[in-house]
Amino acid sequence: MPWEDPDQAPFIEFRNVTKKFGDFTAVKNLSLKIYKREFFALLGGSGCGKTTLMRMLAGFETPTSGQIFLDGQDLAGIPPFKRPSNMMFQSYALFPHMSVEKNIAFGLKQDKMAAADIEARVAEMLRLTKLEQFAKRKPHQLSGGQRQRVALARSLAKQPKVLLLDEPLGALDRKLREETQFELMAIQEDLKVTFLIVTHDQEEAMTVADRIAVMDKGELVQVATPAEIYESPNSKFVADFIGDVNLIEAKVTEKSDAGTRLTAAHDGFLIDSDQVTEAAVGDTVWFAIRPEKIRVTHGQSGPDAVNRIGGSVWDIAYLGGVSIIHSKTAAENVFRATFANISRIVEDPITWDDQVVFTFDRSAGVILAG
Amino acid sequence: MDEEHIPAPARRTLGGWLLIGVPYLWLLIFFLAPFLIVFKISLSQVAIAIPPYTPTFDLGEGWQAIWDGVTEFSVENYLWLTEDALYWKSYLSSVIIAGISTLLTLLIGYPIAYGMARSPQSLRPTLLMLVILPFWTSFLIRVYAWIGILKNEGLLNQLLLSLGLISEPLTILNTNIAVYIGIVYSYLPFLVLPLYASLERLDGSLLEAAEDLGCPPWKAFWKITVPLSLPGVIAGCFLVFIPAVGEFVIPDLLGGSDTLMIGKTLWSEFFNNRDWPVSSAVAVILLLILVIPIVLFQNQQQKMSENN
Repeated sequence: MPWEDPDQAPFIEFRNVTKKFGDFTAVKNLSLKIYKREFFALLGGSGCGKTTLMRMLAGFETPTSGQIFLDGQDLAGIPPFKRPSNMMFQSYALFPHMSVEKNIAFGLKQDKMAAADIEARVAEMLRLTKLEQFAKRKPHQLSGGQRQRVALARSLAKQPKVLLLDEPLGALDRKLREETQFELMAIQEDLKVTFLIVTHDQEEAMTVADRIAVMDKGELVQVATPAEIYESPNSKFVADFIGDVNLIEAKVTEKSDAGTRLTAAHDGFLIDSDQVTEAAVGDTVWFAIRPEKIRVTHGQSGPDAVNRIGGSVWDIAYLGGVSIIHSKTAAENVFRATFANISRIVEDPITWDDQVVFTFDRSAGVILAG
Repeated sequence: MDEEHIPAPARRTLGGWLLIGVPYLWLLIFFLAPFLIVFKISLSQVAIAIPPYTPTFDLGEGWQAIWDGVTEFSVENYLWLTEDALYWKSYLSSVIIAGISTLLTLLIGYPIAYGMARSPQSLRPTLLMLVILPFWTSFLIRVYAWIGILKNEGLLNQLLLSLGLISEPLTILNTNIAVYIGIVYSYLPFLVLPLYASLERLDGSLLEAAEDLGCPPWKAFWKITVPLSLPGVIAGCFLVFIPAVGEFVIPDLLGGSDTLMIGKTLWSEFFNNRDWPVSSAVAVILLLILVIPIVLFQNQQQKMSENN
């Protein structure tokens, strides 16, 4: 993987970039390296600075300080119309007075490309995005999904070094969005272009991206592959932002080279983890465990149980493929566990108010600083 | 494609009929009836009488008298308009003056509307107010004020003389230039307002998209902003051109004796010659000339509302 190779030159690099709007700091002294042919996602809530970061790369915003490099070239002072990147806008920004093919040809015409070449390229883009029969239509005669594909075709037509996608699938319904995610991945693999996507939808980022940068308040919180971000979040923020998680406040009671022993702050149960933590004995930490890494069985649990959380079933959500169980401990804390419904008929199903025990392995959770 | 939901035509209630009836009644009383009276006079002959034409109708004299009057109608006045070159020259000159004024208004109004639409959101109501503000003063007084500005010893000449830009006062008042200035000044808001509305609606991300695709900002203006503001340009131009053709006050107060405009011709026909029938014929033909741009304007407005 290019990001694991220290000799690899980054394709896009943000170096100590800060962007202020008046008193508000949208991006704080941020450094980030993105490599060639990566599908890279900037993920965060609204106002976290992800869109500002992308707009600085496109040239629509100028960094207050810091530098941005693309393919070794410092982008400072280069206006948007001379940058080798193209953007797919959240609103699609299709030109309403031009047909689909004229929209796609717009960028090529700016390059003074020969008419025959433009025609060939437009035809290729129409084929790639399956829009052949809509070539003559105006944007208002298209559905949302078709418009989205026109926007994609238009931004890819110039064969940009980087394609910037600003919440590209936000306006589509769920099913279409999922289909389009896979189409995007196929197109990216096909064209071997570097894609940078901005999204607030963590599922979308995890589906399409090779690497994800989680942002909060103008800073990068974690940059890693989807699996790393999900399984080894580096902070309470990331653990909570990505996916579903049980966060248990606990104190470090013992530590060694083989692992750590924690005591839950509210319910008193013990947690045995194979993780070696930097926290000292007596420190308060957070133990994060994903619901699917917990097993649920009928039974009781005492206060000194290890990696066992007793409680009574408070709520069950049956989602078809999986079920989610909410169980309430004696101290009124709610923990979630999910399990796959692998059998159609269960002999002794867990139901409301049953006494259950949640158990998990030593390696199932992550210890995060408080 | 998302089909618009088209509601079934509702059965009209009494209230519904009243609602659409009111504007029609208004048009009937205040537009159609006066027009028919003018049309009738245009078919009459001059007479030394009060009113100064014949025949006149008196409903008290019965239907036979009215029918006798109708038989006296003739198109003589219309034929007269084709015989004297003054009339077609006035029409042509009016259309040319109105056309040039409209073009000048567009050249001045477009940057104003564009600047307003591009200004910070908080400033826009103030700017809009400034455009509308002149309407608070009587149109006549504002045109009179231009006499004070444009005359030989007026403000403009004094300013230019004191700046040393000219050594002798410029003769502007009582020329066609003064008429252009007057029309452009008076009708500017009618062009700026619809144009501002269409420019303000323009999605800023379209210009960003054009720039992103390699189009420099000045070119994006021609490729994106201008075509998308065209409905506003057309609406504004019609709103200036149509009243400017029939304008009377401005050419009368600011224009010279050789300024030929149909409004002036009509006025002198009516008040100097007291020839009501011929001036009515002039008015009817003016209306016919203006029907063409008015219908075009209506069509364009309809197209616009269908597109939105």
